[in-house]
Amino acid sequence: MKGTTKTAIPYLVWSVVFTVIPMLLIVVFAFTTSEGGFTFDNISKIGKYSNIYVKSINLAIIATLICFLIGYPLAFIISRASERAQKNLLLLIMLPMWMSFLLRTYAWMTLLENEGIINTLLTQLGFEPLQMINTQGAVVLGMVYNYLPFMVLPLYSIMVKIDKSVIEAAQDLGASLLHVFFRVLLPLSVPGIISGITMVFVPSISTFIISRLLGGGSNMLIGDLIEQQFLGGTYNPYLGSAISLVLMVIMLLIMGIINSQDSDEMEGMLI
Amino acid sequence: MSENKKLLEIKNITLSFDQDKVLDNVSLYVKDKEFVTFLGPSGCGKTTTLRIIAGFVSPDEGDVYFEGKKINDLPPHKREVNTVFQRYALFPHLNVFDNVAFGLKIAKVPPQEIKNRVKKMLAMVDLKGFEHRRVTKLSGGQQQRVAIARALVNQPKVLLLDEPLGALDLKLRKEMQIELKAIQKQLGITFIYVTHDQEEALSMSDTIVVMKGGEIQQIGTPEDIYNEPKNAFVADFIGESNIFDGIMKQDRLVHFSGKDFECVDSGFKPNQPIDVVIRPEDIELVPPGNNPLNGMVTSVVFKGVHYEMNVKCNGLDWMIHSTKARKVNDLVGLDFDPDDIHIMNKMFKGENNCLKGRVLDENRIEFLDITFERENHGFPAESEVLLTISPNDIEVVSEDKADAKMYLESLIYKGAYNELIVYSYSGNVELMIHSMLDEQVATDIGVKFQFDKFTISPLAEEV
Repeated sequence: MKGTTKTAIPYLVWSVVFTVIPMLLIVVFAFTTSEGGFTFDNISKIGKYSNIYVKSINLAIIATLICFLIGYPLAFIISRASERAQKNLLLLIMLPMWMSFLLRTYAWMTLLENEGIINTLLTQLGFEPLQMINTQGAVVLGMVYNYLPFMVLPLYSIMVKIDKSVIEAAQDLGASLLHVFFRVLLPLSVPGIISGITMVFVPSISTFIISRLLGGGSNMLIGDLIEQQFLGGTYNPYLGSAISLVLMVIMLLIMGIINSQDSDEMEGMLI
Repeated sequence: MSENKKLLEIKNITLSFDQDKVLDNVSLYVKDKEFVTFLGPSGCGKTTTLRIIAGFVSPDEGDVYFEGKKINDLPPHKREVNTVFQRYALFPHLNVFDNVAFGLKIAKVPPQEIKNRVKKMLAMVDLKGFEHRRVTKLSGGQQQRVAIARALVNQPKVLLLDEPLGALDLKLRKEMQIELKAIQKQLGITFIYVTHDQEEALSMSDTIVVMKGGEIQQIGTPEDIYNEPKNAFVADFIGESNIFDGIMKQDRLVHFSGKDFECVDSGFKPNQPIDVVIRPEDIELVPPGNNPLNGMVTSVVFKGVHYEMNVKCNGLDWMIHSTKARKVNDLVGLDFDPDDIHIMNKMFKGENNCLKGRVLDENRIEFLDITFERENHGFPAESEVLLTISPNDIEVVSEDKADAKMYLESLIYKGAYNELIVYSYSGNVELMIHSMLDEQVATDIGVKFQFDKFTISPLAEEV
């Protein structure tokens, strides 16, 4: 026991210095005036940004849902493929992640722009050009494209562990494919679903690059708002900290609800 | 047996996975309320046959009938059979009650009836009061009982059991054997049981189906199979046996171990090579002297009920079971009755291996993708020839030194050497090898030919 505690010290120091202290600083800043006095002003100002919060949460939920709907069947197909095919398919899923996040998002810009590749193609085929860039749809598309691997990988790693004979046992007991899915496959993949949702939802709700590049000025999200307070012209780290703090609380609440959903079933599966 | 008693029948089932023939023309039927066991070594196709009956595998050829109706295309969830899986395959996210109730809930049985039936079934498998336990927290034996209850609670017409006791320790296995048999009698359900354990098969079954290499070797009652094994493989697999090469001189007269013996079998060709099987418990040790066979005890092992002794006699090892112990190096005589000698057709046709070869040029001949040199063999290029080689002139070697990799189908000790039947992937033929080495059956082994021992002759019309 003692040996393990000792080896954990560097990590402990690391997380205190780079995680705990910065988070405490955010909390302190959120309740501080620029002169250094205690205040609730920063928090109370947040009310006027509530529509941005709602929009961020909405788009993040939509993106997470789409990622789940695409990722779940994909993860299932990969998990049931031959070992070779599994490796190749996983490689394909990971491949975009080897490129810069920024580059991937820029690529979507050239595709979606008013005179971009898709619209050029449409006009040449005699269709009306579509307004795609600077819409909420483009933001959601960017989120789904960038974060889909984070949904597929945890789902895959859970599904690959589900014994094939358990599915056969369900069929043997009279379960149609629909029954097999809802009574066996879905409950058994709950841990993967939870970590997949977490890993897509959290970066989606706090993104600012995707919304700025694909959403234009009219689709400002929480991430953009925070960035503005720290780097933009409206420099106000106290308000920025307060916005971050509230976002953190909202995220913790949502994750708490998701996690509590199936703590019972989780217990059985973690064994 | 009348036609209407056939509950389940499979006819001429053939199945290959990647060119490997897993089942070859398998036909059998199962009567209502019967306890049938598929018995054989691993890789013999017994589990695959069970999976075809359950509907998880569709055969390439052949039909499956249930109560006279063809069910080839019926998916597993619509078949009136339930399976107890080899490693239980319980649902880890459900407790004991919900595992057992799974099938009933899907069948939309009223909740109160589900409760009653699950309760009754759990009592029957000795798991009263376990309803709310997590299945992952149960011992292997308890998980097995849940699996049995989960299948039986649906009142299937046939219960399929795939080596259900394989993962349990010996004592628990014996107990479960008795319990399973009792459950089967009590419920009057047909059981189809897959195992590689011959003792399990003998003690539980009404009918045993012995399989090897995707083919049925023998179907019969445990007594039939034990007392009248159809070939040396069955004799070797079921119980202990002395198996020797012999020649049937004429009806009721067999020659083996250097002597002629009176026996009760007839209907063989004069001087036909056959396998002789004598069970170790049928041999009596008598004082040495005026006996057809005399030998020396080479080992004595106490087995609980009897002593297992080896006697060397005319160069052959005999195994004898007796309640009276002898000492190593004792001289003894062997005594057995004519009806203790079982005569069997050889599984491998002929005494030598006959292979088709192709002449490449004046010095080289090719067979089974192997090429060897023989100076001036005198056959024209591109012609086909018959290559004959004795089982003694083929060796088993490590794979890096081998001429070819082949699949070991069976290995039987013939008193002085092992008789191996191997399958050549490249030629789709079987070869017989005599070797002193013990190899693992159902694996690939390296095979090396003594090329100078090949007899080359023109290819007759038929090989």
